[in-house]
Amino acid sequence: MTVGEVRNILNAGVLCGQDLLDVTEIKSACGADMMSDVLAFVKDQGMLLTGLTNPQVVRTAEMMDINCIVFVRGKTPDPSVVRLADDKRIILLTTEERMYPACGKLYRAGLSEGSSGKATA
Amino acid sequence: MIHLRYEVDGSDFVSCGKASEDVKRTLKNIGIPSEIIRKIAIAMYEGEVNMVIHANGGLAEVEILPDRITIVLTDTGKGIPDIPKAMEEGFSTATEAIRELGFGAGMGLPNMKNYSDDLKVESRVGEGTKVTMSFIL
Ligand SMILES: Nc1ncnc2c1ncn2[C@@H]1O[C@H](COP(=O)(O)OP(=O)(O)O)[C@@H](O)[C@H]1O
Ligand SMILES: [Mg+2]
Repeated sequence: MTVGEVRNILNAGVLCGQDLLDVTEIKSACGADMMSDVLAFVKDQGMLLTGLTNPQVVRTAEMMDINCIVFVRGKTPDPSVVRLADDKRIILLTTEERMYPACGKLYRAGLSEGSSGKATA
Repeated sequence: MIHLRYEVDGSDFVSCGKASEDVKRTLKNIGIPSEIIRKIAIAMYEGEVNMVIHANGGLAEVEILPDRITIVLTDTGKGIPDIPKAMEEGFSTATEAIRELGFGAGMGLPNMKNYSDDLKVESRVGEGTKVTMSFIL
């Protein structure tokens, strides 16, 4: 699904990357508040849902080639974090949904965890 | 051969990851495949985070050869008393404050081992730690 559809499903606000919503296709996602847990799964994570808003969330996404971050529970990062993401062309969304229902709604709409698996080098 | 060198500021959690970011950009520019870049970027980023949260910063050096990339992370932090223990998944001495920032899951060194072709950790308590990672291209 596109990030535009994700935005609709989660009734989310767009913090940056508005122009990318309909051209960015997401095939899989993960939800986590521990960045190393995100970093442990290397494959095709197009999107990250998290309750954290510090700059390292954006850096983690960049290392993983994640195109979109969704902040749950209505969290909004500092403007500096939005700028960091915008510079890297990473889309930031914010939703009032809590983590579990946010993931559940996306999963039900067809967004799975994809082909992610533990990387063996 | 390309040689890159970065001072990693241990007092600045906000800019932590900049060295890894720059290495990622460089590898992209020279045309390394993106799956390989991702592994290198993640492993180096975990190492960079460790230098910031456990060792007050340090030095990151990257050597890019036609057939391999070697990353050496050196710090003069508190050192690791029990390296095999530190390598275990889930082992962490990180504080609650660090955990609230999303780190300290004890997955950093295991991730670095998984993503690199070779990982060597040398450490002396009270003197510092040297982490060497190699990636075969
Ligand atoms: N550069 C370092 N200097 C001192 N201690 C370190 C360093 N890197 C790792 N450690 C120790 O090894 C443990 C495990 O590291 P890691 O697997 O990255 O987990 P985490 O960083 O989440 O604690 C750390 O909690 C810390 O005690
Ligand atoms: Mg770590």
